[in-house]
Amino acid sequence: MSATPAVPTSRAPGAAFILKKSLISALVALVLFSLMIGVRTEAGSDGQLTYWTRFGDLAAMVATVFGGSIVIELLRQWWGPVETVRVVPASVQSALSLAGRLVAPVLLVFTFLVPVIFYNERYILDLGILVLTYVMLGWGLNVVVGLAGLLDLGYVAFYAVGAYSYALLATNFGLSFWICLPLAGILAAFWGVLLGFPVLRLRGDYLAIVTLAFGEIIRLVLINWQDLTGGPNGVSGIPRPNLFGIPLTNDDNGLAALLGIEFSPTHRIVFLFYLILALALLTNWVTIRLRRLPIGRAWEALREDEVACRALGINTTTTKLTAFATGAMFGGFAGAFFATRQGFISPESFTFHESALVLAIVVLGGMGSQLGVALAALAMIGGFELFRGLEQFRMLVFGMAMVLLMIWRPRGLIGHRAPTVYLAKKEAISSEFVKEGH
Amino acid sequence: MSDGPILSVDRLSMRFGGIVAVNELSFNAERQRITALIGPNGAGKTTVFNCITGFYKPSSGSTRLTQDDGHVTQLERLNDFRIAKLARVARTFQNIRLFPGMTALENLMVAQHNALMRASGLTFLGLIGAPSWRHAEQAAIDLSRTWLERIGLLDRADDAAGNLPYGDQRRLEIARAMCTLPALLCLDEPAAGLNARESAALSELLLSIRNDHGTSILLIEHDMSVVMEISDHIVVMDHGVKIAEGSPQEIRDDPKVIAAYLGTDEDEAIAVMESGT
Repeated sequence: MSATPAVPTSRAPGAAFILKKSLISALVALVLFSLMIGVRTEAGSDGQLTYWTRFGDLAAMVATVFGGSIVIELLRQWWGPVETVRVVPASVQSALSLAGRLVAPVLLVFTFLVPVIFYNERYILDLGILVLTYVMLGWGLNVVVGLAGLLDLGYVAFYAVGAYSYALLATNFGLSFWICLPLAGILAAFWGVLLGFPVLRLRGDYLAIVTLAFGEIIRLVLINWQDLTGGPNGVSGIPRPNLFGIPLTNDDNGLAALLGIEFSPTHRIVFLFYLILALALLTNWVTIRLRRLPIGRAWEALREDEVACRALGINTTTTKLTAFATGAMFGGFAGAFFATRQGFISPESFTFHESALVLAIVVLGGMGSQLGVALAALAMIGGFELFRGLEQFRMLVFGMAMVLLMIWRPRGLIGHRAPTVYLAKKEAISSEFVKEGH
Repeated sequence: MSDGPILSVDRLSMRFGGIVAVNELSFNAERQRITALIGPNGAGKTTVFNCITGFYKPSSGSTRLTQDDGHVTQLERLNDFRIAKLARVARTFQNIRLFPGMTALENLMVAQHNALMRASGLTFLGLIGAPSWRHAEQAAIDLSRTWLERIGLLDRADDAAGNLPYGDQRRLEIARAMCTLPALLCLDEPAAGLNARESAALSELLLSIRNDHGTSILLIEHDMSVVMEISDHIVVMDHGVKIAEGSPQEIRDDPKVIAAYLGTDEDEAIAVMESGT
């Protein structure tokens, strides 16, 4: 049983421990199932209660629990939670670390090639655009939650502000997408600051509740301000994006005609794909850059210890507000993209569910980790599509997968923190030292 | 260059509801000297610290800081981070408050936030990687490296601060405060939890900060060997009021101080002293 002679035995208890634990599990199962499975009752033909026993099924159930419990205990010793010593040979470990370093570049190259490889598969291209939208939202929220440690449950508000900014500016004033994009970002950042002011003194649960309420306020305003937003009917006829003035249509002055190639509606999808990829990479580049600047270090210091920040003369008010504004700005960009892609937006697209999904992506990815967030967005959005065949069990399987992931990797897919500056060697910081903020 | 005291505390009082934590306390901290604030537990020393460094707003009284160039700042009119930023008063904490998930080097870089913020053109110059920003960043790294070397942590510069031994964390917190280039350094029990060897190293570090940098130091300390060895001036507090003030030798022989520490009357303390000599 002791498969790990070199490992301290504290995490590898003997057979007696496993048997005891499994027996307890079996006992609990026996008590639980004795009435649920062991006794079957039914209304008889004359309305009287008839019952019969199914001790065979009960025994099978309890035996399954007993056996399964032993298997799980054995598995846990082989491949335990992240803080235990793993029984992985050094060669495998080094191969894993090499693979870890290659993940990001390989993923990036693959993403660039997706429209080439899957040119004729509209479904995959649409899914790719959706995943990239959530990658961008995740990276935006990562600034607020992951770096500054401020738990924001109302991120969808900025997404909505960005989307409605573009939709209303474009439909009412005929402004082009490329003028509206920065405007949408600025307006969202402005709302980020507005949200920031009242919550400056709040931390933890209180902050979460107020941001949650803020997200709902924006949605309710969008529903009820019928004159401006069209209320529940939303805004339709939002202009499609163009390539710096060249429309992607089947006209004489369209891109296809100018290039002398045959028009295909896929051109627009591919263009949208590269547009959101560029926006997401911009978010990523700015975030990585900001982390190495004093403002980014101040965000992380704020997450670690706010009192110490003040003792060092750091203005915690502006530091928090810039975090909210930066995160909101990226949300606004993503919102403008969403509006131009859909061509139609309504308040229904900006419910709390979206905020929760983006927050789940950030937490699952490992707060503060850019690669982790991208992987989590891929797993969450892509995985959700993957399980489509399971129909009504989709949510169940998905929920189970999330629970398991959080048990195995409580600090997210990539829990460690990369230092922003180093003298000799850049060494990842274990998650046990990194604070989560809030 | 101003010659007067760097910090004058004048009739400072701090009340929490009905409790008077500090009552009409007045003392001066001389320029380029080490002033120690001592007293039994609960005497109100940390409250005085929190008033000086802006974590509390004093109920009454004034604290005046005179910079080397003669510029005077009334600390009780500033709040929060502004005391550290504008008046250049840096502090450490009784229970260490480093940024545990950041490396030792990063901790020192965060301390230079305000200078770096200006150098990075409020982030915008830094975002485009302007040469002036790169130079400023390199200078900040060099200053951090100098301090890491002085506290003997150069080889652990890239380790998480939370992963350092206790004594190293104490020294790192002092180095972090010094990286803000303070006029006045306030240390709250820097020797707490250190062994005799580490205490001696700490004394040496504090003396070198005073002698080499000309930084004035105000410290709270219970370790009398450290206090008596390095202090130029000692202020003794008990129950929120000043009971004695003077050089280490004067304090050592003051019956009121001994009485406060023994928790007895002054007469008894004199008797104890006389029987001992």
